[in-house]
Amino acid sequence: MFTARIGLRIGSLDIDVAVDAADGETVALLGPNGAGKTTILRAIAGLLAIERGRIEVDGLALDDPAADVFMPTADRPIGVVFQDYLLFPRMSALDNVAFGLRARGMAKPAARAAAAGWLEKFGIAEHTASRPRALSGGQSQRVALARALATSPRLLLMDEPLAALDARTRVQVRTWLRRHLATFGGARILVTHDPVDAMVLADRVIVVEDGRIVQTGTVTEVARHPRSRYVAELVGVNLLRGSAAGPHLVRLQSGSELVVADPVPGDEVVVAVRPQAVAVYREKPSGSPRNVWPATVSDVEIDRDRVRVQLDGPVPLVAEVTPGALAELELAPGTPVWAAVKAVELSVYTQ
Amino acid sequence: MIRTRRADRARARPPWPLLPLAAVTVVFLVVPFLALLQRTPWTGLGELLGRPLVVDALRLSLLTSLAATTIALVFGIPLAWLLARQPFPGRSVIRALVLLPMVLPPVVGGAALLFAFGRRGLLGEPVYDQTGFLLPYSTWGVIVANTFVAMPFLIITVEAGLRSMDRRYEDAAATLGASSWVVFRRITVPMVAPSIVAGAVLCWARALGEFGATVTFAGNLQGRTQTMPLAVFLALESGDRQAAIALSLLLIVVSLAVMLPMRDRWLAV
Repeated sequence: MFTARIGLRIGSLDIDVAVDAADGETVALLGPNGAGKTTILRAIAGLLAIERGRIEVDGLALDDPAADVFMPTADRPIGVVFQDYLLFPRMSALDNVAFGLRARGMAKPAARAAAAGWLEKFGIAEHTASRPRALSGGQSQRVALARALATSPRLLLMDEPLAALDARTRVQVRTWLRRHLATFGGARILVTHDPVDAMVLADRVIVVEDGRIVQTGTVTEVARHPRSRYVAELVGVNLLRGSAAGPHLVRLQSGSELVVADPVPGDEVVVAVRPQAVAVYREKPSGSPRNVWPATVSDVEIDRDRVRVQLDGPVPLVAEVTPGALAELELAPGTPVWAAVKAVELSVYTQ
Repeated sequence: MIRTRRADRARARPPWPLLPLAAVTVVFLVVPFLALLQRTPWTGLGELLGRPLVVDALRLSLLTSLAATTIALVFGIPLAWLLARQPFPGRSVIRALVLLPMVLPPVVGGAALLFAFGRRGLLGEPVYDQTGFLLPYSTWGVIVANTFVAMPFLIITVEAGLRSMDRRYEDAAATLGASSWVVFRRITVPMVAPSIVAGAVLCWARALGEFGATVTFAGNLQGRTQTMPLAVFLALESGDRQAAIALSLLLIVVSLAVMLPMRDRWLAV
């Protein structure tokens, strides 16, 4: 069990947040760049001292300025997966994973044997002797997670673990990461600016903006009822549950079918669609979009230059259109329309 | 006209005023060595190089310059780390003082060393009274003079390397439970190894060529304090031009033998 209240000022950014995660739970700190997410993570890791509050794991205080407690980073029961992984460039993958055990006093042969076990478990045994330079992004990610978990931490911290990957690898690694995070019994904190990472990997989301928490809740709650324009923009992603009906075909619970560009990764899947990717037409569109459904406008929310349109029908969706489009299409509750999404705009994940 | 590869043609042309100036520089730096080669008595070279004066000077130069480099590594890297990483009051003053031997005429350094470690020196006198040990006019004296003059080159190079290193790797090692000493040994030192090598080479080269501080502090005794630069100067003064040329040639060969394998990889700090 991890609980923290973190108060800290860095330059012009004033951070005051409460974060907690139960054992076996993944909590995502979601927010834009500069919101203070990485600073919060550094404070938890002990790379920064907090000014107010208390950080504790399983009742053990890591940082408590009021009680004059500050546990150095090296003594904290944590594992960290850093952005761009920071694998030690002059060590093999094996020695990277063995490093933490060696640093904690384990003899070299034992540490290496344990590290080899992790590489085996993560399916990269053939890269044991490789230097980080020779590893792909996905392989580096696995070595980084193995290195962080090898010391049996109570708390796993991940700082944008998928940001260094290209779009295609990211989808695969995200699915892989989801599966392997489940085997780690401690609390996990994930820092990300990508709502889809949070959707797929986290049980609960804490949205951080400008050093403050603007919303917390389960992924579905936050996505359904974004409490501010910012949150809506960040996490207002349509999530559609369904099952595999073909290599590139997903059948939704309503019976509608979606054509997706990526191969469907499993039987039970979630399809994520950004509202901006949903196109709205008055006439049935002809041409490239392969996913087209009739729908009825149920609600229109106008927020400055963005308009969120709720669509009812076989595939309930939120679409985001410009005010110009709103006027041109004369959208109002009750208006019959057509919704279309390109296959490449759909991201599919196993659930 | 030679056909160039398309990739070469795609590269930007050098700005034209640079070319003649660069050519002048090369000529200026290379001509003195050509002149030396032109005067070299190639037939009697073997006999010249076998003379005890030359052999002694070579042995002493290699010994003292390598000893100075080793001492500079052991004592210079810790100071470089402190200067780069640990804010403390007076840090910039300390840095300026430490780097002073780089800009000062070496003769001044030699004189200062005498006032410190000479028989009547600040530290030399009590040590001499207690133990009878004297640094000046000994091989240790040469090593001390070399270290004094050459160590700042190592310190400044390693400090620059430490400052430009990505410190997040050290953070990563700390999160894995590594103490600050383990982080230094297993992460920091390997990552700044290129700077350490470059600094050591610069330091060694400076020590090998050391003249002013050595002659002032350690004198000019064959086999004990007479390094190659001193022997060259003495040979020239005493009219033995051939011995001077042979010694110079030897210095050039030794220096090139160390510098050439380094090339861009290590020296481009």
